Amino acid sequence: MASEKKRVKGDVLLEIRGLKIEGKSDDSWNPIIKGVDLNLKRGEVLGLIGESGAGKSTLGLSAMGYARPGCRITAGSINFDGIDLVAASEPARRALWGSRIAYVAQSAAASFNPAHHLIDQTVETAVSHDIMPRDKAEADARDLYKRLQLPNPDSIGLRFPHQVSGGQLQRAMTAMAMSCRPDLIIFDEPTTALDVTTQVEVLAAMRNIVEQFNTAAIYITHDLAVVAQMAHRIMVLRYGNLVEESDTRSMLKKPTQEYTKSLWAVRKLQKKESPNKDIILDIKAVDASYGNGMKVLDDVSVKIPRGRTVAVVGESGSGKSTLARAITGLLPTSSGSISFNGKDLPRALIDRDKDTLRRIQMIYQSADTALNPRQRVRDIIGRPLEFYLGLKGAARDRKVVELLESIELDESYIDRFPSEMSGGQKQRISIARALAAEPELIICDEVTSALDQIVQEEILQLLMKLQKDTNVTYIFITHDIATVRAISDEIVVMHKGKVVQQGLKSKVLNPPYPAYTELLLSSVPEMDPDWLTNLLAKRKKAAV
Amino acid sequence: MTQTLRVIKARRTMLENVWRLLKSAPISAWFGMIVILIYAIAAVFAPWIAPFGEAQIVGKAYEHASDTSILGTDQLGRDLFSRLIYGARNTIGIALVTTLVSFLVGGSLGVLAALKRGWFDQGVSRIVDAFLAIPVLIFALMMLAVVGKSVINLVIILALLDATRVFRLSRAVALNSVVMDYVESAKLRGEGMRWIVFREVVPNILPPLITEFGLRFCFVFLTISALSFLGVGVQPPTADWGSMVAENKTLITFGNPAPLYPAAAIALLTVAVNFVVDWFLQRTSGLRDGK
Repeated sequence: MASEKKRVKGDVLLEIRGLKIEGKSDDSWNPIIKGVDLNLKRGEVLGLIGESGAGKSTLGLSAMGYARPGCRITAGSINFDGIDLVAASEPARRALWGSRIAYVAQSAAASFNPAHHLIDQTVETAVSHDIMPRDKAEADARDLYKRLQLPNPDSIGLRFPHQVSGGQLQRAMTAMAMSCRPDLIIFDEPTTALDVTTQVEVLAAMRNIVEQFNTAAIYITHDLAVVAQMAHRIMVLRYGNLVEESDTRSMLKKPTQEYTKSLWAVRKLQKKESPNKDIILDIKAVDASYGNGMKVLDDVSVKIPRGRTVAVVGESGSGKSTLARAITGLLPTSSGSISFNGKDLPRALIDRDKDTLRRIQMIYQSADTALNPRQRVRDIIGRPLEFYLGLKGAARDRKVVELLESIELDESYIDRFPSEMSGGQKQRISIARALAAEPELIICDEVTSALDQIVQEEILQLLMKLQKDTNVTYIFITHDIATVRAISDEIVVMHKGKVVQQGLKSKVLNPPYPAYTELLLSSVPEMDPDWLTNLLAKRKKAAV
Repeated sequence: MTQTLRVIKARRTMLENVWRLLKSAPISAWFGMIVILIYAIAAVFAPWIAPFGEAQIVGKAYEHASDTSILGTDQLGRDLFSRLIYGARNTIGIALVTTLVSFLVGGSLGVLAALKRGWFDQGVSRIVDAFLAIPVLIFALMMLAVVGKSVINLVIILALLDATRVFRLSRAVALNSVVMDYVESAKLRGEGMRWIVFREVVPNILPPLITEFGLRFCFVFLTISALSFLGVGVQPPTADWGSMVAENKTLITFGNPAPLYPAAAIALLTVAVNFVVDWFLQRTSGLRDGK
């Protein structure tokens, strides 16, 4: 923009006092935000962290004077640069949105209209707010693309959203938010849906552009390591209350509140690796492809030792979930063989007998879709007991209670529906359902990635305990390196349908690395505010 | 993150739940439910409520309303009021059976098509498309002329024709459910098709199906009445509202309202069912706050 607004760093831009927000559920209003104060200066980046349900998104949106449908602001004031957003009329607030306050959502793919070119959507706000004419706005958009380090900044705007990658789309959305040079940008988990290697680029681009234009930002995330890179100051929220607030470095160094400390101290769990020569599942030179003929598994060979945990890591599209589908028979392999307990597994699910099916169980990422919402716990866990072991009536119920105890839930849960439990409890029920079949091998597909840090830790501990008790083997599919460090004995690194590396944890996580493993490991954010800066400097040096 | 951590409320009993649900119903739904209830009582207890028998001749033909027969008599001297009550039993009963059959056939084929996809889905869907291209009333008239007029034939023909529409809906809603992990999980467990269809998928697509059941019932009911009016539906001496309108239709020119009573009975039930369905649809589709 030609006439850069006069922005003095250090002026107070946003002031929220005693804010209370309620949300409606089941015809009654429940508090979501219970009286929070928030200050934001020009050019400052504030990190909001907390578990899901802590109210961080609701608080972030309230900085726009916006409450989601089903929510209402019941008390407090929101003062944005001298304007009271609670009292302001809807049109007055709308005039601010996009032009002075912008929002970057978690899922860029869902936020772009798939039928329009990127550049049309980037300039839309600036043009509709009459801030600049269209040709100027387009030139400006191309400039923003360049600053955000998008490839081919002059022509990328002519692509459709589906023609660019997820990381590029998230940067295009940041460009859209920047198009009016807002005073405040709200980033709501902008990199949560991205792979770690992509996340690095997007974080660097966002941090860079916010600094260049001296924009204030609220950065909402549940990932501590990410917020450490982005924010000058951090607010920790829990159950709609402020737990702790201080600048990033001092909070990382010495958090004062117990809850914050517990967030910082995750992954206490460290399993000692132990090799085992007894192979339960031997995958030899397996190829698999979906209908279009593109190979998603390309000559994959993996050996899974009995009673151990093998972590399969890789980015989305690396074929790690497809490997699980090939093992379970959902996607029959096109060549190669998989042998289980020394016997060849039939390729297709339909050719496998009941006992083979029983021995290989699966736990899914999202318990919400993995548990039938219309079934009670009694039937969810009871069905495999009845189906595989022929248990009925009271005997079946007794065994269900036993299983509930083994996953550390009491028998009062037996009559609950999935909707009556928390995310962690639901995932425990999924685990119990798999255990009910008394399996030898459990495939865990990203089982912790939909959960909060503390709950993740509990679930992982439970899985480890169960392994100790029953000697079950886990194939643990994940993109989270911290989880891998915590629980695995062996690691398989996958990239583009091929196995890059397989070996004991100590071998894979220590140098010398193959190039891709190195990239993957170095991209995992660390709890060090200088991590991103150092990493970028290091990569730049290596590139020269 | 609108959901808040909240203590699970004490479990309500089934009766309490039903009462809570009813309390939230709008006036129109209450009206609909009361009308349906009255119809149901009339249909079930017809022999006890009706003052005379279904085919009993109680006076002269075309008598006006009097103390003995409160709505008058028809062309053979039968009591109109009694026939109206027996008509509820026959017309509603046949429509209900027809709708049930069509849901059983169309619903299970629809879910199965969504589950299996491939050639099965293609095959059934194209056959259904072909049937959907033919107007129901004309097709039913033709088929009844071919196979003969009887209640059984009527039920089978209408049920099959309606099943095509039920198939389309259940297939569409089932497609959203069959991609869920719990269905995959059941497949991995080795469950048979019957379990997957009726235990995993159907409970999750029940709300739209129940709504459709109400609407389909209305259409079937109207179609049966229309066929009876044309003389190919329910056959005399069985009392039926459609044929009752037809039998007494000439009376209207003499200022006798006799044919209007069965016609009003048909209209009232259709409106009542629609009111209830509307309310149910609004509750289950999340259109509650007008947002």
